[in-house]
Amino acid sequence: MGTILRGIAASSGIAIAKAYRLVEPDLSIEKKTVSDTTSEIKRLQDALTISISDLEAIRDKTKLELGEDKAEIFDAHIFILNDPELINQVEDKIKSESLNAEYALKEVTDMFIEMFEQMDNEYMRERAADIRDVRKRVLSHLLGVKIVNPSLIEEDAILVAEDLTPSDTAQLNRQYVKAFTTNVGGRTSHSAIMARSMEIPAVVGTKTATEVIKDGDLIIVDGLKGEVHVNPSEEVVQQYKKEQIRFEEQKAEWAKLLHEKTKSVDGHEVHLVANIGTPQDLEGVINNGGEGVGLFRTEFLYMGRNELPTEEEQFEAYKTVLEGLKGQPVVVRTLDIGGDKELPYLNLPKEMNPFLGFRAIRLCLEEQSIFRTQLRALLRASIYGNLKIMFPMIATLDEFRTAKEMLQEERQKLISEGIQVSDEIEVGIMVEIPSTAVMADLFAKEVDFFSIGTNDLIQYTMAADRMNEKVSYLYQPYNPAILRLVKMVIDAAHKEGKWVGMCGEMAGDELAIPLLLGLGLDEFSMSATSILKARAQILRLSKKEMEDLAQKALQMSTTNEVIAAVKAVIEK
Amino acid sequence: MVSQQFTIIDPQGLHARPTSKLVGTASKFTSNINLKAKGKEVNLKSIMGVMALGIGLGDELIITAEGDDEQAALAALKDTLINEGLAE
Repeated sequence: MGTILRGIAASSGIAIAKAYRLVEPDLSIEKKTVSDTTSEIKRLQDALTISISDLEAIRDKTKLELGEDKAEIFDAHIFILNDPELINQVEDKIKSESLNAEYALKEVTDMFIEMFEQMDNEYMRERAADIRDVRKRVLSHLLGVKIVNPSLIEEDAILVAEDLTPSDTAQLNRQYVKAFTTNVGGRTSHSAIMARSMEIPAVVGTKTATEVIKDGDLIIVDGLKGEVHVNPSEEVVQQYKKEQIRFEEQKAEWAKLLHEKTKSVDGHEVHLVANIGTPQDLEGVINNGGEGVGLFRTEFLYMGRNELPTEEEQFEAYKTVLEGLKGQPVVVRTLDIGGDKELPYLNLPKEMNPFLGFRAIRLCLEEQSIFRTQLRALLRASIYGNLKIMFPMIATLDEFRTAKEMLQEERQKLISEGIQVSDEIEVGIMVEIPSTAVMADLFAKEVDFFSIGTNDLIQYTMAADRMNEKVSYLYQPYNPAILRLVKMVIDAAHKEGKWVGMCGEMAGDELAIPLLLGLGLDEFSMSATSILKARAQILRLSKKEMEDLAQKALQMSTTNEVIAAVKAVIEK
Repeated sequence: MVSQQFTIIDPQGLHARPTSKLVGTASKFTSNINLKAKGKEVNLKSIMGVMALGIGLGDELIITAEGDDEQAALAALKDTLINEGLAE
């Protein structure tokens, strides 16, 4: 009888294959006395040489697949293995104490690890983990233990792990890895993001996958329902094979729309673009028929590190995305940090109400050097594609004017330094604060575009924290109050000849799309994997009918009435 | 033997990225290269030795090189420090 594990559906699709467990090998070592210290040192040097060449291969592969940035950590690891202070001390220990190489290496690295762990800087403390990681590799070569190496998988497999680290995923043989399942993680954990960008199914947060599943077990990963079947019955396998075919057929059907325009049956065209978080997400945008990027979250550049990114690093990231999209629009949102999204190295005080606090543009207008560095990097990158700059959390026209003025100042400085800057950069704002939606007619005279951020707009309009389960019933995208605000924004923009996009979850939502089309939204920005499905849907809708539907919805009194009306139209 | 003094101007101090660059540069030369800062002296070819110093903004450091290619080594290290905006 098969077992079913439940977790979080992190990436859609269905995979059926044998399990490949990615678990830590046994690296326990003993203290031994050796008589021939010269050959013991040779053994150490050989292990170091192989480890360095392993790391060089991983670094090159990472650079190729994930970019220079992500590969840098492996350069640091190589430097550690070449460190004369470290190596000399290990060799001295082998010689003077007649110790085996494993034990000498452990003793010396323990000393360094302890030293780094005691430093008062968090960044330095993390370097202890680098030394541990590198030591593991050398020890495995000394002990002749195989570190599980997923790059060597040579038949279809489903990876089963506690969690997947960037160094694990960098080594994956993408031809054979059909799915992941992990014990920990959520929709935004590294393994989930990787699965979506590789477009393979994944179920994360199963808690017990590594305990229950053995190497070679037959596994079904259902990334639609968030289930993992372990050694299922033949009946279940057959049923899933059918489901897999259905899913593939659906995908193939959608794939035909890859290069199609998104036009309603009565010929009204809208643009479907993607939300991205890093330059790595570009491939997904292109493979899913995205017509550009409607929201490039720049926070990734600032997070998971201990110092601000330099202008140069940012420039490279923006340039990569702009060039990758070959002239299609890329809307970059300037830094949206603070409040709940913390950057430890900025030392921001804890707040009572982070969502109503010192964050996003509010922080950028105060911490000008951070903001200006980002603006300069963006302006310099502007000549490599079709850049549009968007400021988040704008509540007043004064904020927009100040931010835009800083942008102009940086632009002038660059030009006087002889640096080329595009003169066709559109500058717009996120509409996520009700005051801005209400004043949209006045904003529309000064901005080049609006992008409605529904996740925040809904929580600010309903005064309901979307993280709080007790009030989650108030998170109502289809509430007529929200629809009326969206309409105000769209009408105000169109009156001034400006365009309006939407970059919240709502833009890719099957029930919201008919309403948004009817309200006249120009650009829908969503996760890349939702684009083709949305395109297929819009191709079947009539703009005229959706206008009527939207008009009726605006006059309804409750969210449930709206949902029922939309469903009636969709299911017709 | 040649040597030169620098002052760190990068607000982040000597973090992993610049330290890797510096150690990488030093490792290209055969001379013995040392870094003196905060009253300690370490081998500049040792990434862990340099990082363990925890050099921050405003710290003064002296780089010394001794060997056949000492002049070239010092010049290259100076270039790295200045081009990366680390020190003056």
